[in-house]
Amino acid sequence: MNNQLDLECRRLVKSFGKFTAVDNVSLEIPKGSFFSILGPSGCGKTTLLRMLAGFIEPSAGDIVIKGQSMLGVPPNKRPVNMVFQHLALFPMMNVAENIAYGLKRRKLPQAEIDKKVADVLERVSLPDAGSKDVTQLSGGQRQRIAIARSLVLEPAVLLLDEPLGALDLKLREHMKVELKQLQHEVGTTFVYITHDQSEALVMSDNVAVMNEGRFEQVGSPQDLYYNPKTAFVAGFVGDSNRWSGRVDSIDKGQALVSLDDGGVIAGITGNEKVLAAGDKVELFVRPEAIIIERDSSAQTGAHLENGQNTLSGIVENLLFDGANSRAQVRDQQTGHQVTVSLPQTGAFSDLKSGEQLRLSWGVDKARAYGSQTGASQPGLGKEQAA
Amino acid sequence: MSTFQMTSGTEKSDTIPMLKLGTFLLMLPLLLWLFLLIILPHLDLLTVSLREKLGYREYAFSLQNYIEFFTEPLYWNTFVRTAVMSIVATMITLVIGFPVSYYIAKVIKGKKRNLLFMMCLIPFWVSELVRTFGWMILLRESGVISSFLQWAGLVDGPVELLYSDATLMVGLVYTSMLFMVVPLVSVLDTLDDSLIEAGYDLGGSTYSILREIVIPHAMPGIASGCIVVFMLTLGNYLTPTLLGGKDSLWFTEQIYNQFITRFNWESGSAFGFLLLFLSSAIVFVGLKLSRQTLADTVK
Repeated sequence: MNNQLDLECRRLVKSFGKFTAVDNVSLEIPKGSFFSILGPSGCGKTTLLRMLAGFIEPSAGDIVIKGQSMLGVPPNKRPVNMVFQHLALFPMMNVAENIAYGLKRRKLPQAEIDKKVADVLERVSLPDAGSKDVTQLSGGQRQRIAIARSLVLEPAVLLLDEPLGALDLKLREHMKVELKQLQHEVGTTFVYITHDQSEALVMSDNVAVMNEGRFEQVGSPQDLYYNPKTAFVAGFVGDSNRWSGRVDSIDKGQALVSLDDGGVIAGITGNEKVLAAGDKVELFVRPEAIIIERDSSAQTGAHLENGQNTLSGIVENLLFDGANSRAQVRDQQTGHQVTVSLPQTGAFSDLKSGEQLRLSWGVDKARAYGSQTGASQPGLGKEQAA
Repeated sequence: MSTFQMTSGTEKSDTIPMLKLGTFLLMLPLLLWLFLLIILPHLDLLTVSLREKLGYREYAFSLQNYIEFFTEPLYWNTFVRTAVMSIVATMITLVIGFPVSYYIAKVIKGKKRNLLFMMCLIPFWVSELVRTFGWMILLRESGVISSFLQWAGLVDGPVELLYSDATLMVGLVYTSMLFMVVPLVSVLDTLDDSLIEAGYDLGGSTYSILREIVIPHAMPGIASGCIVVFMLTLGNYLTPTLLGGKDSLWFTEQIYNQFITRFNWESGSAFGFLLLFLSSAIVFVGLKLSRQTLADTVK
């Protein structure tokens, strides 16, 4: 892949009155990549996408597509196309007419239009759908037609506004793979916005996590999952157990955190920020990082043992979900609920609620972030674990 | 399974007659209204139109009334004139009403939108007679506009703006506007904004989006608005009489003359039927041309 950028945003700002929906966002998307913007609803991702499409003018900053500034360029003159959240297929036209709409606007000869429509229908594997009515198609087929309608115009960037949201789970899983495959084949740059982390992680080359109008972190899915840079990303991408506490002491990059609920967990700093004793922090531990053992010894709160964080608790709920099965374990000393993944080997398939477990995880698996007071972040805390 | 079917079978025989009676009772006012006020008078009009008065209380079957219509150029000309003027008035109402409706339905939001809609509605709280007299106050020789033009020095003497075809057209369009705007606003309301955005996004110009997306979507509303406006205009009596003056003959005036002035009920009935056929035929042709069905327009 060469270094050519298809889309670049420079310090983009959009405010509505006093409310700033998009706050100083810069991004660079290389040619031919699948880029996702992931964030909870109301984080400004739709506003950002609509600015890229040209439906909203930015308050400040610049959008550059293939080296050309897009400021003041209306949506029908931009080399980007959008797949709308509810697809926005034209119900007054059949499938072929829907796809031909954009080509006709470019005044191509009819023979060429017919050929392109047939080609793109072939590409989305619906070669015979041309004469069908839009209402005759199933959800997944409409999805493909909506994408075909945009792709046939060979845009520099294809914008997708949560197009999988309306599909049922099975179909959504299927379409995820199909979309990634399609993007790989056509090589068009995709910008995909979603609130579903699984969609973003599965499909993307790069993901930007957005919160309150800002990018929290931009990186590969692996990077976001294993090296979240902020507490928000750690809580939002993937599931995490979360504790809050205060740093007691720092020893060789390890922070000893005494928890608000009681007990001590050792962790490392999640980002470049150096923690100091007395800092209030949030600790995040992934459920699959926790090793479980059956244990009937006396109950202990969270503490360090042989360089491992250890705590014991009683199994409260078993959440069986095939390979993704979990158990919710209650720390009897503090009342904190911890979610752990059950090993896929089936070693704990006979686990019953009420049994006592010993949980342990490495110091490097617990990531600590200096907490901003008052900001509530999602994660598998007490209230969200159920 | 079979027991279930049996029970459901007995239930059916119990409930269906009850349902039928209920439906019938609910339909009764409508049926009575249709029969007593529409079908019965029309049947009577039909028989009256098909007879000829020979002497006192002496009648015979005859097509004379219809023949008279086709042989007398005045009737025939008035008939065609009324139809053409009504079509033109409907078109003008549509051309003015469509942007207004689009603005109300799509461009403006919230309180202002309701205010605009109310402003279209409020003139119709006043009776048609009063509204037409309003126009007369504005347009007559000694009226507001004439006086203003004289005061401004644009004209030397009083100008008569009443009693011309143009005035008549203004009056007809004004009277019909609401009946065009209401169906158009409701049909444009159902147009998803993202369809318009998708049109722009795919490179469409404002004109092509209007022609290929907005108008096809609004077609049922356009058709129903046009039918209502056309019917109202064709059957209007007050506006042509008051604003059109002596030269602007309207077919309803002819019918009125036959019934009231000439006591010629036979001929009046025939004219009434011809008007009914005329309006039905034009609506039929209009629906065929716009590829709509009558069922679509009442959706």
